[in-house]
Amino acid sequence: MSSIKRGVSLYSFQEEMFLGQMNVEDVIAFAASIGAPGIEILPEQNMPTFPTITDTQVGEWRDMLARHGAHFTCYDMFLDTKLRKGELLSDDEQVDSIKRDLALCNRLGIRNMRVLIFVRPDILERCVPFAEQMDVHMGVEVHAPWHLEHAWILRTIDVAERLGTQHLGILPDMGVFMKHYPPEFRARFERQGARPEVAQFIVDQHEQKIMCEYTIYEVAVKLGGNKAEIAMAETLRHAPYANPKRIKDYAPYFRHIQAKFYGMTEDCTDPTIAYDEVIPELVRCGWKGTLSSEYEGNRWIQDVMEVDSREQVRRQHVMFENLIAKADAELETA
Amino acid sequence: MFDKYLIDAASLRNTGPADAPTGFAFEAKLGYYRGLGLSMVEKLDVSIDGEPLSREAVRLDEGKGALTLDEMETAYERRWPFGTPATILVDHPGGFPAGEHALSLLQQLRVSYLPFPAINTDSKTVALAA
Repeated sequence: MSSIKRGVSLYSFQEEMFLGQMNVEDVIAFAASIGAPGIEILPEQNMPTFPTITDTQVGEWRDMLARHGAHFTCYDMFLDTKLRKGELLSDDEQVDSIKRDLALCNRLGIRNMRVLIFVRPDILERCVPFAEQMDVHMGVEVHAPWHLEHAWILRTIDVAERLGTQHLGILPDMGVFMKHYPPEFRARFERQGARPEVAQFIVDQHEQKIMCEYTIYEVAVKLGGNKAEIAMAETLRHAPYANPKRIKDYAPYFRHIQAKFYGMTEDCTDPTIAYDEVIPELVRCGWKGTLSSEYEGNRWIQDVMEVDSREQVRRQHVMFENLIAKADAELETA
Repeated sequence: MFDKYLIDAASLRNTGPADAPTGFAFEAKLGYYRGLGLSMVEKLDVSIDGEPLSREAVRLDEGKGALTLDEMETAYERRWPFGTPATILVDHPGGFPAGEHALSLLQQLRVSYLPFPAINTDSKTVALAA
């Protein structure tokens, strides 16, 4: 039986929380109700007094999770290198900011921290001793347009290997496995004026994995693309389909996954991200972390319809259950 | 991000003496999926019927006292939390013009991990409550 656990990032409910239709406890209760009790938080989203969090507040969070049989899985940090106009934070200030997050992560009892992808590997290297002391794994987010084998990501892995630490690695965002162009993107660009035939051309080009710059040039110059069409073509720069077969090579470096998605079909399949290829790889290599839902479809549909993040996340977890069970069965009969 | 939800149209009111308003105010949210320090809110451009008002005329109060955009640049300890309305105060002698008008807000945010500024815009047809 697979040891993959299921959870939800509060990011998934940004629409309802932004509008005051759900609070964090509503999200936690819902996540637990669909068998996804692992909770990923963004303190800068979900803790209005951030960065000042009292012990009383920490206790309230723990009590809230306990009420619903849920637990924390991951802490999404941010680093405001551009805090001041015209100059970046110094290296020492960046290290201090990350240590502040590691300390809060530890106080909350969270052992995984999502590190933004732009944080320099040498800055993280300086944070490793404190991360070890706090017992928090710093996972650099592998987010499109980067991917698992991007040279920038390999630099972090090199640092982790050189230090021989268990507290630095990566944290993949499944957006790097975009096998098919998201129908939600296409529909939005069509509403903004993209001609259906040009939108179809862009989708076809992505389907064939033609390098994005060819498509962008074709749309912008040869097809005389309008603003919406060019913007749609430019999304291809952020639409990589990394090879799921490489997952096993990197699995030792990650303990948590941001299960990005843009929309689920009514029959609980993802038309865009290749979970049907990713999950069997995770099961085969015996990965033990949490698949944490990260619904990001709201921004693509909110102009025309009510967003229902609960239904979207529910469908994704039906898919996860099905795919994990299927992969387990295949492993047993192999 | 969250563009169409930024301006709370029902919150529009005049400021200053009722018979001689000196400006107007409305509630707005930050178009971002997390809170942000005020020093990283680079622009809050307000316009009426497409006519931009000056940067100096605009102030923001997230609950700790109104600041101009220049003052916000060094307000390193203050934050605009996620999903939370803050008051945008605009100096505009006479107050908001009578009748229906397009009120627009552009937010430009300095988001450290993005290579370019994040820009959100909302425009709503509003009228002062009679």
